[in-house]
Amino acid sequence: MSAVTAEIGASVVVPVAKSPGFWRNVLRRLSRDPVAMIALAIIVILVLVAIFAPYIAPYDPSKGSVIRRLKPMGTPGYPLGTDELGRDMLSRLIHGARLSLIMGVIPVPIAFIIGSTIGIIAGYSGGIVNTLIMRTIDVFYAFPSVLLAVALSGALGSGLTNALVSLTVVFIPQIARVAESVTTQVRKLDYVDAARASGASAATIIRVHILGNVLGPIFVFATSLISVSMILASGLSFLGLGVRPPDAEWGLMLNTLRTAIYSNPFVAALPGVMIFITSICFNLFSDGLRTAMDVKS
Amino acid sequence: MTDPMIDIRNLSVTFNRGRKPVKAVNGVSLSVNSGEVVALLGESGSGKSVTMRSLLRLHPKGTTIEGSMRVAGKDVTELSARELADYRGATVSMVFQEPRLALDPVYTLGQQIEEAIIRHKGVSRREAASRALGLFEKVRIPSPERRLMNYPHEMSGGMLQRSMIAMAIACNPKVLLADEPTTALDATVQIQILLLIRELQKEYGLSVIFVTHDIGVAAEVADRIAVMYAGRIVEEGKVADVIQNPKHPYTKGLLGARVELAHGRDRLITIPGAPPDLAALPPGCAFAPRCGEAVAQCLTDVPRLTATDGTASVACVKYA
Repeated sequence: MSAVTAEIGASVVVPVAKSPGFWRNVLRRLSRDPVAMIALAIIVILVLVAIFAPYIAPYDPSKGSVIRRLKPMGTPGYPLGTDELGRDMLSRLIHGARLSLIMGVIPVPIAFIIGSTIGIIAGYSGGIVNTLIMRTIDVFYAFPSVLLAVALSGALGSGLTNALVSLTVVFIPQIARVAESVTTQVRKLDYVDAARASGASAATIIRVHILGNVLGPIFVFATSLISVSMILASGLSFLGLGVRPPDAEWGLMLNTLRTAIYSNPFVAALPGVMIFITSICFNLFSDGLRTAMDVKS
Repeated sequence: MTDPMIDIRNLSVTFNRGRKPVKAVNGVSLSVNSGEVVALLGESGSGKSVTMRSLLRLHPKGTTIEGSMRVAGKDVTELSARELADYRGATVSMVFQEPRLALDPVYTLGQQIEEAIIRHKGVSRREAASRALGLFEKVRIPSPERRLMNYPHEMSGGMLQRSMIAMAIACNPKVLLADEPTTALDATVQIQILLLIRELQKEYGLSVIFVTHDIGVAAEVADRIAVMYAGRIVEEGKVADVIQNPKHPYTKGLLGARVELAHGRDRLITIPGAPPDLAALPPGCAFAPRCGEAVAQCLTDVPRLTATDGTASVACVKYA
């Protein structure tokens, strides 16, 4: 028996190709998902537009004129019309992408790092440590996120930094909760016991087996929060708690244009359309990522 | 005779979760010599897995372990956290029931085996990789170079169990604990895995504790059988003695309940009743309520495990 198998093992020439790693596999599968790829392409275009805004925008976004106020879409020279102060909408939307993306994207990775650390500690320790951490988190979680963001921004005062801080604080409990529940599940699985049975220390188990299995799901959840973050950020600006005029930001633009909603509804809705497109692209991309990371499929 | 490799004396394990403490193991004594295979036989919840996991101290927090356990001359209950990490995997290792759940899904099998080797032997990754390859050849996994780079979900249950075994013997342990290693596999693969374990056991002179609820498997692989019921050993002896001449009524019941004996009949013979609640054990023999031969004394006194002849012992008033 053993001789026969040894022979088979020797006669088969095995191409020793390096097996693609987990993330390589995920990328490969993701690249085959048309919806996720289109969403990613739109996100990339938006980011590029935001970076090169001064070169792309046809006009200065803060320069208005009383005689050009509220031109409809399709006006020669102003394809997307002008706003209530006669500023070119196209230029303002292009420049607005900068602040909107910053406010949408920045809070999530910060909250991801802090929230998953808290959640993994709570999930792995269990018992009283878990109860202490998670009940504190629950206090924050009890507030609707919009209310919490508004309350925090209101307390901290308006401005970009404060808005970013309050959005981060809003997301930490949500991410911590997901991290805690995934860690609690993984901690009880056989392979953690098996690692312990083969002599792995607690540090090794957390670093190798817990992190390896837990970061993926938390990461997917975090990417889905980017769209929420954008909408919340726009909401804060709309309420005057985020960016201050005359800076261009989509949420703030929605606010200042709301007086024109009856006279010029299409122009007034444009910033909302941009928020919608961006957040749905982030959502679709995170959906694609979730599917691609499902190892069993 | 030399000292036994594993010497468990009067082991009791109590889980203190929930409202009532649950006594999963109640004074088990068992010794296994070097190079010997002992099968722990019993139904679900009889404490066989708990007994075995105690040898690696793999219990959740808040579990009380009483009694003494010595493995290879070391007192397991006294080991510090660091000594325990050195002991697990290097002196005693374990094969789990469900290989699919016992291997980490996000790492290749090679990475997982190498990790264990590096941890205990402190060799370079290259050296660990070549040892892993040798182990895969040892457990007869075809095209081992390629298989080492596979993730667990890319392999069949039998292959995964072979990998588990390769990982278990990676650091030359003296004792192998096998927790129903063939239960999750289909029948044709089961026998191959049993033969493999038996073969490796002989080659390396391993002491093996083999937990199973399948008498056929126990007979196939073991030198001795210990039958457990409600956290106690009720009968112990050489395989042939226990199977041909069972003494304890529970062992007789188990042997009578085999599928092979139900040939042509439409119903299996079963032991009436259900195992007792481990949170509220009866004062006497735990099997007495289900036993057809019970007498008044069975309901009040716990029978001690007493030797009937040189190698066998039984815990029943009929033989006391």
